[in-house]
Amino acid sequence: MTDFAPGIVVERDFPDAARDALANTQLRRNIGKATNTIRAKRLKVVGEMPDWQELREAGRQIKAQVARHLDTHLLKLEEAVTAAGGRVHWARDGEEANRIIGEILARHGAREVLKIKSLTTDETGLNSALAQRGISAIETDLAEVIVQLGEDRSSHILVPAIHRNRAEIREIFKRKLAGTENLSDEPAELAGAARRYLREKFLTVPFAISGANFAVAETGSVAIFESEGNGRMCLTLPKVLISLMGIEKVIPSWRDMEVFLQTLPRSSTAERMNPYNSVWSGTRAGEGPEEFHLVLLDNGRTDVLADEPARETLACIRCSACLNVCPVYERTGGHAYGSTYPGPIGAILTPQLNQPGPAETLPYASSLCGACFEACPVKIDIPRILVHLRGKIVGRKKETLAGKFSGEAIAMAAMARIFGSARLFELAQKSAVIGQKPFVRGNVIPSLPGPMAGWTAMRDVTPVPKQSFRQWWRAERGAESSAKPGGSA
Amino acid sequence: MSEARTAILERIRSALRDVPPGEDASTDGVERAFHRRGEPGTPETVARFAERAAAYKVSVSECDSAGAGAAIHEILERRGHRRMVTAEDLPQAFVPHGCDVIVDHGLTFAEIAAADGVLTTCATAIAETGTIVLDHGEGQGRRALTLLPDYHLCIVETDRVVSLVPEAVARMEPSVKAGRPLTFISGPSATSDIELNRVEGVHGPRTLDVLIVRS
Ligand code: SF4
Repeated sequence: MTDFAPGIVVERDFPDAARDALANTQLRRNIGKATNTIRAKRLKVVGEMPDWQELREAGRQIKAQVARHLDTHLLKLEEAVTAAGGRVHWARDGEEANRIIGEILARHGAREVLKIKSLTTDETGLNSALAQRGISAIETDLAEVIVQLGEDRSSHILVPAIHRNRAEIREIFKRKLAGTENLSDEPAELAGAARRYLREKFLTVPFAISGANFAVAETGSVAIFESEGNGRMCLTLPKVLISLMGIEKVIPSWRDMEVFLQTLPRSSTAERMNPYNSVWSGTRAGEGPEEFHLVLLDNGRTDVLADEPARETLACIRCSACLNVCPVYERTGGHAYGSTYPGPIGAILTPQLNQPGPAETLPYASSLCGACFEACPVKIDIPRILVHLRGKIVGRKKETLAGKFSGEAIAMAAMARIFGSARLFELAQKSAVIGQKPFVRGNVIPSLPGPMAGWTAMRDVTPVPKQSFRQWWRAERGAESSAKPGGSA
Repeated sequence: MSEARTAILERIRSALRDVPPGEDASTDGVERAFHRRGEPGTPETVARFAERAAAYKVSVSECDSAGAGAAIHEILERRGHRRMVTAEDLPQAFVPHGCDVIVDHGLTFAEIAAADGVLTTCATAIAETGTIVLDHGEGQGRRALTLLPDYHLCIVETDRVVSLVPEAVARMEPSVKAGRPLTFISGPSATSDIELNRVEGVHGPRTLDVLIVRS
């Protein structure tokens, strides 16, 4: 059983955690292979859609409408789900959501509950909250089974066990599953072992928990996209079904599904369509669960909504395309982000759902290359939001007294003065040429002392050249041009 | 009403002070400049559906409506399946002969799982993505029927095949509004969770056959 509750409390600074991840070569190889494979597949299925850009734009507009009128759509959803025989609950934070779900299950005397992979339940740390009530959550996605049995943590929102190779998976299964003594490491055989283990659970455990990819306000329908069929099992066979969704997952009308049914599969599993999508509305006599609960979770989302420049973060449909194209994620993998939400989306979402602390290092886990923005099926401008969040973090730090007099703040203030004046800038260049002498090795400065050591720990610095551009310009062109180009260097 | 509900709605409203009151909340004004209309039921559309379904390792065959019975019989013979589950309201023309037909008058899950396979029709099919869509209406049975057996034979009549996803979404709108569940099926169950190797059939039917019947 995992006890990493809740999934968005980041415990370490990103650079620190990334250093460990980079040292793990198995992890790096697996993640590198995974991101490369999915990236190539995605380009192919996206490339065959001549109207891809129009679909992205429509998705962006739909999600913008959702955010701008979130209260209206949630109330409509509540009404429609209730009319269809379901029950709607509201949870301000993860703890409240866990309590609501725990109480429903306790009322039925549940000891075990089936689960479909859900990032939102990971975010709230539901499994450990249920364990405290003596209820064990049984993950049913193959990857989640691997992660859960391996007492491990997910490293990718789509393929959570991507950091494990087949030999490791075989060892985990042999340790934890009965009748697996002669198991080979063939993927089909490993999947077969999971099928046998879970089949019995599906047919005997009458409770299930899911997340939600979308919920349609107009009809009260909830949609789950999946591959393996474990989702269908959990949505169809149990007597009681509980779905937990972030409030931003609502979409206004059924027709809006025409967009996401195209953009999500191609961006996510990089298929024209993933094997199974289920849509259901409340309960229905003689068909599926007899009792359906929908839990609507805030947990910091309304704070994101209030920060207008970052609001579009809530448009995310959790496809993971931005992870697969990110050069930082490709090297560190998901664990370094220390959160349910890794990669570029995690770098903007986690700090917004979190308290100030190590999570504030996440918006810096990016080179602002823009690949994530281009891949995003709802056109979230992740680089712009990263910069916005960095600005907020620096602003917050500056407000504290210690922040005002920190070395960084003083240095930045001095830099601002120097860059603002042509005379001071030239003076600084001249002194740098002299001052850097002891540190130059060949054509680079491999390490600097004092507060600059952090900067050179990972990179070499090019020394300031003996002659500056301004000096060269004056020497070449003489006085004729000393008026312009001044001011900038 | 719950305290949490009031609090969340209040937080949302105060977060959205920049939104002018009275602004249209619907998505009617969204630009839908993507392709929305294809050519339902044409031979080209049907051929594309067959090709795209086959790309998921679905075995696809075709017959005209008079030959449906024989074609079904032949497929089941070839697969060696003798005990087939069907919905009560499966059209007579598609009821398999020459094998045991187990009609769902309220079978237990164990009984459904014990059958060799299930035979259904579908509500619509999408050429672009090779998808069959069930609304669990006539001929399709409740959801458990197409989930527990290890084999699914799905009859797709050509007039149900649309070109594009938006057309299927529009066709399914009355079903969704009537409260029916939908299941979109694109190939047999699969996972890529182990070193990204696609493995067919983790939990749903491991084999999916499609018989296209020209209407
Ligand atoms: S931010 Fe965009 S690309 Fe990244 S997971 Fe969300 S929807 Fe996908």
